[in-house]
Amino acid sequence: MNSGVITVMKPRTFRRHFRESFKNLRRNGWMTFAAVSAVTVTLLLTGIFLVIMLNLNKIGTDIEKDVEVRVHVKLDLTEADKEQLRAQIENLPEVENVEYSSKEQELQNIIKDMGSDFTLFEQSNPLYDVFIVKTARPQDTPDAARKIEQFAQTETAIYGEEKVENLFSFMKTARNVGIVLVAGLLFTAMFLISNTIKITIFARRKEIEIMKLVGATNWFIRWPFLLEGLWIGLLGSIIPVTAVAVGYYYAEQALSAKLAAHFVEFIGYIPLVVPVTVLMLAIAVFIGIWGSFISVRRFLNV
Amino acid sequence: MIDMQGVTKKYPNGVTALSGVDVTIKQGEFVYIVGPSGAGKSTFIKLIYREEKPTGGTVMVGGMNTATLKQRSIPALRRKVGVVFQDFKLLPLLNVYENVAFALEVIEEEPAVIRKRVMEVLDLVGLKHKARMLPTELSGGEQQRIAIARSIVNNPKVVIADEPTGNLDPDTSWDIMRLFETINKRGTTIVMATHNKDIVNKIRRRVIAIENGRIVRDEQRGDYGYEA
Repeated sequence: MNSGVITVMKPRTFRRHFRESFKNLRRNGWMTFAAVSAVTVTLLLTGIFLVIMLNLNKIGTDIEKDVEVRVHVKLDLTEADKEQLRAQIENLPEVENVEYSSKEQELQNIIKDMGSDFTLFEQSNPLYDVFIVKTARPQDTPDAARKIEQFAQTETAIYGEEKVENLFSFMKTARNVGIVLVAGLLFTAMFLISNTIKITIFARRKEIEIMKLVGATNWFIRWPFLLEGLWIGLLGSIIPVTAVAVGYYYAEQALSAKLAAHFVEFIGYIPLVVPVTVLMLAIAVFIGIWGSFISVRRFLNV
Repeated sequence: MIDMQGVTKKYPNGVTALSGVDVTIKQGEFVYIVGPSGAGKSTFIKLIYREEKPTGGTVMVGGMNTATLKQRSIPALRRKVGVVFQDFKLLPLLNVYENVAFALEVIEEEPAVIRKRVMEVLDLVGLKHKARMLPTELSGGEQQRIAIARSIVNNPKVVIADEPTGNLDPDTSWDIMRLFETINKRGTTIVMATHNKDIVNKIRRRVIAIENGRIVRDEQRGDYGYEA
């Protein structure tokens, strides 16, 4: 007897909520436009930010995986000394793999990369013999390099320290700035959506009052407003989703050719665009419904 | 139908609108609530359709205790209670038919039932021929008839009216009262707060007088009892 009114939604009721929500969108045309624009700008920046960060992350990891210590061996060593050095390096706990490259091989590599002008150096090779050392975990590279440098036979031990560290610290800063920016925009968009819904609720307060009086359920009253918020979110996602899908298609084609020479690759089209699109749509739906929910809760009192 | 026991209503601003109210209204009764302005009549009315919650005591309406009724159960109560106001509360953009149908649409009644019920009540209040007109094209009395039609379209057990003739001239008020009598004869309980001395004295019914938040008089076939 005291139970609430049955709330399973009939198709006819659902159509009604649909109609009402679109009527509301049209009724506050300019507020709707402002809210949709806010969602568009937010998602566009979020999308671009995601595309850039995900790719930088991929490139960073690619480079990091490739980090190696190049151990320059002192010039006057015997083969036995070199073998001893190799054994010492291999005994370090961080080290996974050691390769030897004689100074003749090193020169050939340079000639291959830089051109035949360097064949001049074949007369008097200025290079060192080199051990190329890889650690099991990329972050152990600096430690390994420092230890190897202590060995008597080592001239120097160098690794792509600064390149990697700079990239990672840049990414960290960019990510924090981006998150703050996107969070700010999300709040703005949500605020505008909730304001739009507030105006709708205000315009319909008399209808709402009568609905409550004659016994409409709270969800019956809420639905059109939640749907209105959802449409604002989804309308706002059209341009950003299209922009990322089309933009990345061309960006990837244009840039990956250039980057291929440096052994770095962008994330493929589908593996990037699908998750980014899904995430953008999820954000659109979330801020749409949540923005509307805030107003529904505060101003509808149901 | 309506049973109040030891009902107290104290508003958050400290005003005590009702205290120690005990009253029973049976199904099919016609009851006037009279008393000076600010005596607690409106609060009494609002407790019945759970616009307000009592701060003490119990208010039973059609088997539901509005004092402990959960928020989500309020719609079930409202579907048993029709409410009519002094200011009609019609939707200006909807025509007469749509205004009445609205009350059934929002509780998800079947379209065929809605058509049938709306035409029935419009016939009862004598506005069938004006179904396509907008409320603003009608007189105050006709607008109140629409509001009454809307309040009974769902066949409620009780109709609550807060000063239903407050905005109407004397002749129109009598028409509205005859309509309430017709509805009452069909078995619907009527609870009406009013300041209209002539009506109360002429159409003799049970009179409950409230002063300073207390029931000071409760008479079958009583009179208004105040100088207007």
